[in-house]
Amino acid sequence: MSDTVISVENLSKQYHLGVISTGTFYGDIKRRWARKRGTPDPYLKIGEADYGNRDGETIWALRDIDFDVKRGEALGIIGRNGAGKSTLLKILSQVTAPTSGVVRVKGRIASLLEVGTGFHPELTGRENIYLNGAIMGMTSAEVQGKFDEIVDFSGVEQFIDTPVKRYSSGMYVRLAFAVAAHLEPDILVVDEVLAVGDAEFQKKCLGKMQDVAGEGRTVLFVSHNMAVIQNLCKRSILLESGYIRLDGETSSSVSRYLSVDQSHNVFSPDRNRRIGDQTTKIETFTVWPNPPRTGKSVEFIFGISKPSTGNTHENIDLAVAVLSQQDSPIFQLYSRHMGQSFSIGPGETIIKVSIDSLPLAPGNYHINLWLGSGSTPIDWIQDCFVLAIESGFFEGGEYIESKGYPVLMKSKWNVVRGNTGQVDLE
Amino acid sequence: MTIHESMITHEEWDLIIRPQRSWWDLRLGELWRYRDLVRLFVWRDFVAYYKQTILGPLWYLIQPVLTTLVFTVIFGNIAKLSTDGLPPFLFYLAGNTIWSYFSGCLMSTSNTFTANAGIFGKVYFPRLSIPVSVTISNLISFAIRFGLFLAFWCYFLLMGSEVRPNLWILVLPALVLMMAGMGLGLGIIVSSLTSKYRDLQHLVSFGVQLLMYATPVIYPLSSVQGIWRWLLIANPMTPVIEIFRLAFLGTSSLNPSYLFYSAFFAVIVFFIGVLIFNRVETTFMDTV
Repeated sequence: MSDTVISVENLSKQYHLGVISTGTFYGDIKRRWARKRGTPDPYLKIGEADYGNRDGETIWALRDIDFDVKRGEALGIIGRNGAGKSTLLKILSQVTAPTSGVVRVKGRIASLLEVGTGFHPELTGRENIYLNGAIMGMTSAEVQGKFDEIVDFSGVEQFIDTPVKRYSSGMYVRLAFAVAAHLEPDILVVDEVLAVGDAEFQKKCLGKMQDVAGEGRTVLFVSHNMAVIQNLCKRSILLESGYIRLDGETSSSVSRYLSVDQSHNVFSPDRNRRIGDQTTKIETFTVWPNPPRTGKSVEFIFGISKPSTGNTHENIDLAVAVLSQQDSPIFQLYSRHMGQSFSIGPGETIIKVSIDSLPLAPGNYHINLWLGSGSTPIDWIQDCFVLAIESGFFEGGEYIESKGYPVLMKSKWNVVRGNTGQVDLE
Repeated sequence: MTIHESMITHEEWDLIIRPQRSWWDLRLGELWRYRDLVRLFVWRDFVAYYKQTILGPLWYLIQPVLTTLVFTVIFGNIAKLSTDGLPPFLFYLAGNTIWSYFSGCLMSTSNTFTANAGIFGKVYFPRLSIPVSVTISNLISFAIRFGLFLAFWCYFLLMGSEVRPNLWILVLPALVLMMAGMGLGLGIIVSSLTSKYRDLQHLVSFGVQLLMYATPVIYPLSSVQGIWRWLLIANPMTPVIEIFRLAFLGTSSLNPSYLFYSAFFAVIVFFIGVLIFNRVETTFMDTV
């Protein structure tokens, strides 16, 4: 008996573009009619990114995927938005069926695609633990046996008999992760859960996942956070346009992923990484000049829309967060830090934020955008923009090399004592 | 390659995911393994119904009493429809009690896919557990309403009304099963069809109401003659309601053997429903 616990063979998944998704029979007829006359499809969304895996009216989200996973292995799955990561996880967790191919699994598979799935807001924390456990396939007796451990891990024991609708979002996520982490499945599938929660809790989750992997159980982990992937997984699969581009050591997959050409300085939000009710929505985001240069002034311009029916939204804060390619935070431009917030009425609003001297070394950076009110996100979009910066002169000095340090700061240099004179590089 | 393949086929796999399951792979055993989940869903539906309400579980009683009162005033006192000589209040309460179970099952299972798309898109569990649990939690509210009916029934019995209960009372469990089968079966057929086109959903909401008038809920079958009578009997809910009134109130103009027709219909509809539901559940996330 071999150690393989997941075997994926020739797995493909095809989606129909739109044809079935107008939602009403009337819509479908309208679309067919438009096609017959050669006019554009009235339901096609404008500006949808084309990942090159489209084939007429269908899109191959996955194509001929083959891989095996051994017992106790932690496998990372990386790739750009639309590369097929989520589709792969959905098939593995039986949310949708593949178009062709076979997946064979040994043991119980549990997926943490989004924590808190199936929580009922009116029920208390205690009741939701039982319900959530059952949804994930545990019997009530199993949950009972682990109940104290779950509550302990979540750190919400004070509020365990309060309806979860009164929980803060942090408590909610902690409780949900705690239930999932104590499932003890043979195979755990995790997708981006760590994007939420505070740093301490993220550490706790990572530790728990490392424990799970250490106990001989198998973990499949999808993330945009390269640092976490490198930390947790020895082996990673790089997906590109539905194909496996590379299957091997995490370090080589990650560097391959980072070196692949990305569309730079273009707003490309991923709807799976958008949080908030979007009653006021970021429609466009541009940078000027394009490309921006180190040390030169730069403007970020938000195009914000709000349906004409709603009331004016008061106290809206905006933020542009700049992260490294490994997704470590570098700095953010936050309107509240400047004591400013905006009221946004129906229609279109353009707001820009500018800095006089861009203090970043040349290279690529990721951007998260925030539109919210206080700590409540209304439209919070992660990793939606690759900021590519070209070299320039910083504060009159010559820009030579950053040696890995991304931030440049204006500073004054004087000889206080000594025999040297000061020579300006200019 | 051949060695590798033969190894795979000889190993024990717990789960094999393929593009389409066969029509007959209903996975009912899996539903049984998730019975704790069904139980929790039932309890959740029941509890969440009256959380943060002042009257709490009383709401299960207020709705049938008010509906029956309105029926009594409008159809009994104003329209003066026949009630086969029975006390109008009891007559309408009987009809309403029975009808609301069937319509409740049908309405609340008919949006299974669209209402649960969020959770279905995140995690796998036997999809059938949702409509099954809804049917059971409707059974609880039916039991409460039936208790209410029994209370009034006893009152009218003691007051010496023209109410003649008989041994047909024993078929009550079968009547309930038939309604559950029909409501659940029709509901999941509709929900399977609406995962792609929403049009049917609009039909259901008023269709159920119209169907009530095509069923002897607010009038006895005896008041309808000729071709219309046959059309009414073709409605498989007609025998269920008529036999219920025959059992508890003692009047019906229908031959009880028509019950076999209802039972047959319930089994067929339930079976077709499960088949279609099973077919749709594997890929509905792509079209919902």
